[in-house]
Amino acid sequence: MSGTQTTYNDKVVRQFAVMTVIWGIVGMLVGVIIAAQLVWPELNIGPWLHFGRLRPLHTNAVIFAFGGCALFATSYWCVQRTSHARLWGGPLVPFTFWGWQIIILLAAITLPLGITSGKEYAELEWPIDILITLVWVSYALVFFGTIAKRTVSHIYVANWFFGAFIIAVALLHLVNSAAVPVSLTKSYSAYSGVQDAMIQWWYGHNAVGFFLTAGFLGMMYYFVPKQAGRPVYSYRLSVVHFWALIFTYMWAGPHHLHYTALPDWTQSVGMVFSLILLAPSWGGMINGIMTLSGAWHKLRDDPVLKFLITSLSFYGMSTFEGPMMSIKTVNALSHYTDWTVGHVHSGALGWVAMVSIGSIYYLLPRLFGKQEMFSTKLVTVHFWIATIGTVLYIASMWIAGVMQGLMWRAVNTDGTLAYSFVESVKGSYPFWAIRWLGGVLFLTGMLIMAYNMFKTIAGSKVKDVPVVVPAAHHA
Amino acid sequence: MSDFVSDFWNLYVIVIVVASILACAVLLIVQGKATFTPGKTMGHVWDETLEEYNNPMPKWWSWLFVITVIFALVYLALYPGLGNFKGMLGWTAVGQHKTEVEKMDATVKPLFDKYMAMDLKAVAGDKQAMEMGKRLYLTYCMQCHGADARGAKGFPNLADSDWLYGGEPEQLKETINNGRMGMMPPHAHLGADTIKDLANFVRSLSGLPNDSVRAGKGKEAFASSGCIGCHGPDGKGMQALGAPNLTDKVWLYGSSEATITETITNGRQNKMPAWKEFLGDAKIHLLSAYVLSLSQGTK
Repeated sequence: MSGTQTTYNDKVVRQFAVMTVIWGIVGMLVGVIIAAQLVWPELNIGPWLHFGRLRPLHTNAVIFAFGGCALFATSYWCVQRTSHARLWGGPLVPFTFWGWQIIILLAAITLPLGITSGKEYAELEWPIDILITLVWVSYALVFFGTIAKRTVSHIYVANWFFGAFIIAVALLHLVNSAAVPVSLTKSYSAYSGVQDAMIQWWYGHNAVGFFLTAGFLGMMYYFVPKQAGRPVYSYRLSVVHFWALIFTYMWAGPHHLHYTALPDWTQSVGMVFSLILLAPSWGGMINGIMTLSGAWHKLRDDPVLKFLITSLSFYGMSTFEGPMMSIKTVNALSHYTDWTVGHVHSGALGWVAMVSIGSIYYLLPRLFGKQEMFSTKLVTVHFWIATIGTVLYIASMWIAGVMQGLMWRAVNTDGTLAYSFVESVKGSYPFWAIRWLGGVLFLTGMLIMAYNMFKTIAGSKVKDVPVVVPAAHHA
Repeated sequence: MSDFVSDFWNLYVIVIVVASILACAVLLIVQGKATFTPGKTMGHVWDETLEEYNNPMPKWWSWLFVITVIFALVYLALYPGLGNFKGMLGWTAVGQHKTEVEKMDATVKPLFDKYMAMDLKAVAGDKQAMEMGKRLYLTYCMQCHGADARGAKGFPNLADSDWLYGGEPEQLKETINNGRMGMMPPHAHLGADTIKDLANFVRSLSGLPNDSVRAGKGKEAFASSGCIGCHGPDGKGMQALGAPNLTDKVWLYGSSEATITETITNGRQNKMPAWKEFLGDAKIHLLSAYVLSLSQGTK
């Protein structure tokens, strides 16, 4: 198999890259619909299109369909290029693509039907969970198989993050989804009570930590230095923040259960590790942004770099906000409010989506044998629309969240609550409308991207690219 | 009470937590001692252009890391976190809640005591008391009875003068304190035809359009099928049982022939929860007075 004639397997990267954009549109459209349902409750039509069923569809579609396809595409591209080897695994490779698409379709069917295990971000029922396991194990085999046959001695930093993400997600999925099936469409969690809650949020927070952070840091470590044309700022920083990040994230889950039946000691441990997580998280931001030092001028007219660097800014912001919100006294105000929703979306739109969009824009012309995207101008337009959308979204949710938290805790001198719950709902309406608008803008950006993508693909001649021979070691 | 079944788990938690926090510091210190060559790469190249500089970690970042580690250790000395160790401040979430509640209770006690000493009708006429009652109502009662207290299907309207269990002050208080269990038994055994007769009769009681022949037959069935046992011979209900008055044009579930048929066929079960333990005497006193004031407004 070795030799200069071997080519990269870019077919699977093309498939996943295109589906990233498609699923991004679907997932964000559902997000826009449920945001509209909060402003105009009449839009809750029938049981199938009700907020309660569409909301998990939105989260699953954007995290696992959009984010997942982006991670598959970029990790498959990166691991081949930085291992100087074709993807290992033969039929396992297309299986990961088609298997993942079937999982997404099954999610899109079962969730509106109300078939759910009731675990947030792990709603899919047990038969789909088994399929996820099969696809994920295949993914791990393909990825690590390719690493094993690399023709360079060192493993590039992006692959550490992709590798950690693949292993941790396998562990999280297997443990949290353990359940006793009672029928094809219904199962009950293997855990109960507060243990179930703790395992759920150990899973939930690490889904953020590994799926939405480690994986996308892997993306960042390949595409930022590539697009900037500069070396990564500090190797040592990447070593320390990598190990500290993957180690510390595992502890942070209990901060989702502050002031609950979870024992005080568990809450405290979760909180202190969440705070320790600040520096390791910022290590990635520093390494990415500082990689650009000496080449800042490139930001001016390179919209792809704009996406990548802006995503790192949002990443830094939300990983500062996260540890702050894990402090019990702050959490007492922020928990159960829209502040949490805003925090999640500063990560989801600002970080995850923007770094994915930037990376996919980098890949598309290279995947389809073009010099550049059909329209660079439209990429710039997409960037500004997405940025404004994100800012509208998170700013409105901050205001709404803090307002809700303050209203819920306000007490009169006679000991009665100053506001009934419904008054806080009423007060939130204008901000929910702004949030919806932010979502509409972000979705519009994705539609522009899809247009640009299909125009770029049109008339393209796809050809196989030979594996690059590694550069000589010159230490 | 300990969370652990044996002291082993206590030590297990302490050792692993402390070791893990220290491990973060050790990682930082050990890696910080590497030899750095700022501005020079590590000498590895991937994919033609990917390289890494051998720059040191930014100092401010390292200090940020160290500060969070120190904070963690200090926090776990002060607050519960290391297994059974309660922390030097003796803080607990339950304790914090208790202290806050006791403090508030002590502050508002004189006010509530003042109203407890007044009878319900007098409280219902007190402007400040009714403002408090309204806020309590909006916190605890509106989820079922609605923000305007006009109820919904299955949830009684509190703003009219019709009462299932009685609208006297003591009866209202009893309803809130101990709750009520509403129970209309199912009568499917009477057969669809008789039930249709009964439904027409019930509609005739409040002057709604009905089939007079069926209503006539229904009247006989009403007497012979046990309906009068709860609703009384004249259909005016019985507050001791919570059996609704069928003649007053107030409908808990609806007055259409279909709905009444459903009610007779399948029966109805309803529940007002008991609030005594959750709210306590003082708040229930104010709430009872507020509900009383609602119905007084309609008279």
